Amino acid sequence: MKQSRFEITENVPLTGSVYRMRIAGDTGDVARPGQFVSLRLSGYYLRRPISVCDREGDCLTLIYKTVGAGTRAMSGMKPGETLDVLTGLGNGYDLSESGDAPLLLGGGVGVPPLYWLGKELVRQGRRVTAVLGFNTRAEVFYEEEFRALGCRVTVATADGSYGRKGFVTDALPADYSYVYTCGPMPMLRAVWRATKPSGQYSFEERMGCGFGACMGCTCKTAGGPKRLCREGPVLRKEEILWDD
Amino acid sequence: MGRLNVTLCGLPLDNPVIPASGTFGYGYEFAGLYDINVLGTFSFKGTTRQARFGNPTPRIAECTAGMINAVGLQNPGVEKVISEELPRLKACFHKPVMANVSGFSVEDYAYTCALLDKEPQVGWLEVNVSCPNVHGGGMSFGTEPRAAAEVTKAVKAVASKPVIVKLSPNVTDIVLIARACEDAGADGISLINTLLGMRIDLKTKRPVIANTMGGFSGPAIFPVALRMVYQVSKAVRIPVVGMGGVRSAEDVIEMMLAGASAVQIGAENLVNPFACRDIIAALPQVMDAYGINTLQDIIGGAH
Ligand SMILES: Cc1cc2nc3c(=O)[nH]c(=O)nc-3n(C[C@H](O)[C@H](O)[C@H](O)COP(=O)(O)OP(=O)(O)OC[C@H]3O[C@@H](n4cnc5c(N)ncnc54)[C@H](O)[C@@H]3O)c2cc1C
Ligand SMILES: Cc1cc2nc3c(=O)[nH]c(=O)nc-3n(C[C@H](O)[C@H](O)[C@H](O)COP(=O)(O)O)c2cc1C
Ligand code: FES
Repeated sequence: MKQSRFEITENVPLTGSVYRMRIAGDTGDVARPGQFVSLRLSGYYLRRPISVCDREGDCLTLIYKTVGAGTRAMSGMKPGETLDVLTGLGNGYDLSESGDAPLLLGGGVGVPPLYWLGKELVRQGRRVTAVLGFNTRAEVFYEEEFRALGCRVTVATADGSYGRKGFVTDALPADYSYVYTCGPMPMLRAVWRATKPSGQYSFEERMGCGFGACMGCTCKTAGGPKRLCREGPVLRKEEILWDD
Repeated sequence: MGRLNVTLCGLPLDNPVIPASGTFGYGYEFAGLYDINVLGTFSFKGTTRQARFGNPTPRIAECTAGMINAVGLQNPGVEKVISEELPRLKACFHKPVMANVSGFSVEDYAYTCALLDKEPQVGWLEVNVSCPNVHGGGMSFGTEPRAAAEVTKAVKAVASKPVIVKLSPNVTDIVLIARACEDAGADGISLINTLLGMRIDLKTKRPVIANTMGGFSGPAIFPVALRMVYQVSKAVRIPVVGMGGVRSAEDVIEMMLAGASAVQIGAENLVNPFACRDIIAALPQVMDAYGINTLQDIIGGAH
């Protein structure tokens, strides 16, 4: 983990409520897709955790949805402004288990971390399929970007206004070797049920620190308690315990 | 003696800056970030007789100038702390550490303290009778003078190291509790633990914290903490460790003027992982700015 200042180089809307921010700085600790960074925003006490969507040299791409005051404040920031960022947080996805034909399943702002993952998997010569789920046509983003990576892409919308109607689990391909997924809890759970192969699932939790100090983000797993900011946010299918 | 040196219950500290329990784990997360030997010492995560998973999540809520936590004393239990955490710490921290202890009965406290007291790495026992996040334990011992005294006595009976009792601010008269602990043999008092608070999510119309309530801390509580440190340090003869909302060298000095012999820093470590290192580095300059020669001289200076 590193704490350093990044400069905003781009901050543009992709949809009505989803923005892409690009920041430049010391990316030395950003090691793997699925890791996240944590942004200090002036006027807000806790940092905001956001997944790394892509890393190119000293530049990070973040894609975020305006859900509250902090992310709304982010959407108003301008290129040239700087941010205090903790980088290199979380375990990230393990690419070594993907098999030949990994499947990426993303829902809403769970899509972004799968982009860098898809890029790396394609680079390793895998046949990558991405199924991207959104509520409605107006919320769709990054379909073309995933295609440009060389992924086979299917989009599903819950209301059927674009692509396949339904959830990502209604648009699964016939054959795939492994699952990488990120999205809201009900989606992760549906994926866990609907897919056979093993996989890696990225979770969210409210965080105090984001780097393992406060025990604010602990969840129960088959391998004992894990801090989602440190031993997560990515958990293996076999270790996930759904609490009900 | 250097400008920053103080003593706490007879043990020397290179400086009065101490990361507070629950915000510094067992130290080694931070040892990866900076040399934690620059600290006076630190207080490790609240340790109990048995391992605890803690509360369900969400355990964290943001507030204006602060946060609420309801971690619920997640820890691996005293035996594992001794067999696993302390040896790991030994590799990166070469000073006596403050052992923070919680319990659910007087015997629990005594049992856990007796084991930690035997560890050469432990310099002080910080007995937390003030955790707001667990039912039937913790805070209930700290809201009633007789119960706080009983825990203090039981721990003193098994301890050779200084016993610092950590008090809850969630009481009508904190001086009464502090005096009861002093009379029962406490070597020091630390305060404040978190203030009981809550937030409600407007979208779900439900409490943000799974446990409904939690402990509020961070810069917002500084004036309340300072006031209590002032009151208690005036009323007792034993040293007081002050904490609550401290985030700068200026705040440390203010706490010491109010009567703190040493100062703990909690939530600030979570949002600025280098907070304690930076505060220690800033102290000499800030002391110069206010004409302060040594920190030991200013303790209780505002009385
Ligand atoms: C590991 C991780 C990766 C994430 N990656 C992304 C991403 O790539 N894109 C994206 O849009 N969002 C992502 N999120 C969610 C994002 O952190 C929240 O949407 C954001 O913190 C909300 O802040 P706010 O001030 O707008 O909302 P508010 O509701 O006003 O925030 C209040 C508090 O709750 C916390 N909080 C609120 N919602 C969430 C949530 N869903 N998860 C965790 N904390 C929350 C905030 O951090 C803040 O402390 C991620 C969360 C985690 C834990
Ligand atoms: C996440 C978190 C966990 C805490 N856990 C403990 C604990 O285990 N034992 C304890 O005595 N105090 C615990 N505390 C209280 C702090 O040690 C401190 O008394 C309080 O937070 C006030 O200081 P601050 O405003 O600087 O945070 C915790 C505080 C936080 C924020
Ligand atoms: S958020 Fe603090 S330990 Fe994970």
